Amino acid sequence: MSLTNEQVGRIARLARLAISETEIDATRKKLDGIFGLIEQMQAVDTTGIEPMSHPQELATRLRDDVVTESDHRAAYQAVAPQTDAGLYLVPKVIE
Amino acid sequence: MINASLPALRTALDDKQISSVELAGLFLDRIEARNPALNAFITIDREGALAAAGAADARIARGQAGPLTGIPLAHKDVFCTEGVLTTCGSKMLENFVSPYDAHVVSLLKNAGAVSLGKTNMDEFAMGSSNENSHFGPARNPWNPGHVPGGSSGGSAAAVAARLVPVATGTDTGGSVRQPAAFTGVTGIKPTYGAVSRYGMIAYASSLDQGGAFGASAEDCALLLSAMTGFDPRDSTSLDRPTENYADALAPAASDKPLAGLRIGLPREFFADGMSDEVRAAIDAALEQYRALGATTVEVSLPNAKLAIPAYYVIAPAEASSNLSRFDGVRFGHRAAEYGDLNDMYCKSRAEGFGAEVKRRILVGTYVLSHGYYDAYYLQAQKLRRLIAEDFRKALSECDVIAGPTSPTTAWALGAMGDDPVQMYLADIYTIAVNLAGLPGLSHPCGFGAGSLPVGMQLIGNYFAEGRLLATAHQYQQATDWHLQRPADAR
Repeated sequence: MSLTNEQVGRIARLARLAISETEIDATRKKLDGIFGLIEQMQAVDTTGIEPMSHPQELATRLRDDVVTESDHRAAYQAVAPQTDAGLYLVPKVIE
Repeated sequence: MINASLPALRTALDDKQISSVELAGLFLDRIEARNPALNAFITIDREGALAAAGAADARIARGQAGPLTGIPLAHKDVFCTEGVLTTCGSKMLENFVSPYDAHVVSLLKNAGAVSLGKTNMDEFAMGSSNENSHFGPARNPWNPGHVPGGSSGGSAAAVAARLVPVATGTDTGGSVRQPAAFTGVTGIKPTYGAVSRYGMIAYASSLDQGGAFGASAEDCALLLSAMTGFDPRDSTSLDRPTENYADALAPAASDKPLAGLRIGLPREFFADGMSDEVRAAIDAALEQYRALGATTVEVSLPNAKLAIPAYYVIAPAEASSNLSRFDGVRFGHRAAEYGDLNDMYCKSRAEGFGAEVKRRILVGTYVLSHGYYDAYYLQAQKLRRLIAEDFRKALSECDVIAGPTSPTTAWALGAMGDDPVQMYLADIYTIAVNLAGLPGLSHPCGFGAGSLPVGMQLIGNYFAEGRLLATAHQYQQATDWHLQRPADAR
């Protein structure tokens, strides 16, 4: 399989990764190499095999619907790039 | 003192031959002297270590010491440490001082262990050589021109160079076992779910598992025993009674302490691909195991060759989801200049992540995108089932599986060149174990050219950590590979 530069640009947009025109060729070639490796999977017939998502096949645990956390807002916002009055600041989204 | 085992350090502390403050100071001095050459540590926490050591001394004086009270250790920089820089080897987190402790970190703090700092690693644990660290590669103490392995390369190098007696690591596709092999130390990755992932920065959640590095199986057993246990904050943590793995380590009761142990040798691991020097060391180790009374039997893992392609779908898919949290809003790097919100996301992530991390995010985004899910992610999960089933069959014919940890000894820095796939293939013997969720251990068993260590991998059934450690312990009581040290750590 080989990707086109247009496909690489689309994946990068989906992944929210800025990618310049100068990087795109080199990135595509490396991704082609990785997908070449991954394609080996397609040689195997897995009809009827149940997918395995987790080694222990655990059921999701439930807990009582009670408050277990205390307020850590100040500590958690101390590591944020930009906050004000307890809010995270981002560029304006609604005009 | 720098080469003392954990039980010997315990005795020295309890008998007041040395205080925990003195012991921490001894190792901190070694770190400060040697780290400029080895780059094993990203952060050295002298102040925090001496405070914790002082508290440990008081606890020892009160007669309340546990097995790890006052013992120095280091944490891989993937573990969140409250008030201490936690970078995950990335520019994205180069200023991130964690507001909370990982479960493993708090367990070891409560045990009275003294953290000396945070060790170097491949960015977000993606790599097999430590060359993907934003902070530059850690070096192999046996030969600083060679890599220490990865992703937990800093922890492995620190233990090998005796900058610290023991260290934590994580293993998603071999990241404890392979660096342990490359640096001549012992490393164990327990059964998936044994060590809580809370506060362990996520790479591939269905594979990530915390583990332990030490000079010997005995030191690993003591550290791992303090790291395991149920944690409700990790949805895949296993609710089982905790084990003291050190209890399973007995002195050799006879000259055949492993009599009755059946060691399975996977045909596929002993086929082409292993270097001659690794093969020679592995063959000699198996001869030693037979001399200790074990028998060897051929087993088969026919789908093991599919582990690497399946891993490079599952791990990037999970990584692309996990790493979406790094958006420049709540923590981590934010670009200095941007237009709208989407532009801020794209630029912050492009600047904060290194090349390999971006590649894996792109692969993961693609395989999860509309129309490709069945062909990639679902197919990989089906192969995962086949691989786990192979191990189930093999482990019904033997007690432990043995083979090489890595096909070669540590390569020279830069030797893998610019092709990521070459590096991926180096994890051929370790990745299948993560896909199945089984415990695996690597112990030193010889040297190749240039005094570079060779590691042997032992793989056990679910929850067989104690058996793996006990098996390696018997080997280490009869051999001295684990006592060999690089020149400046003797």
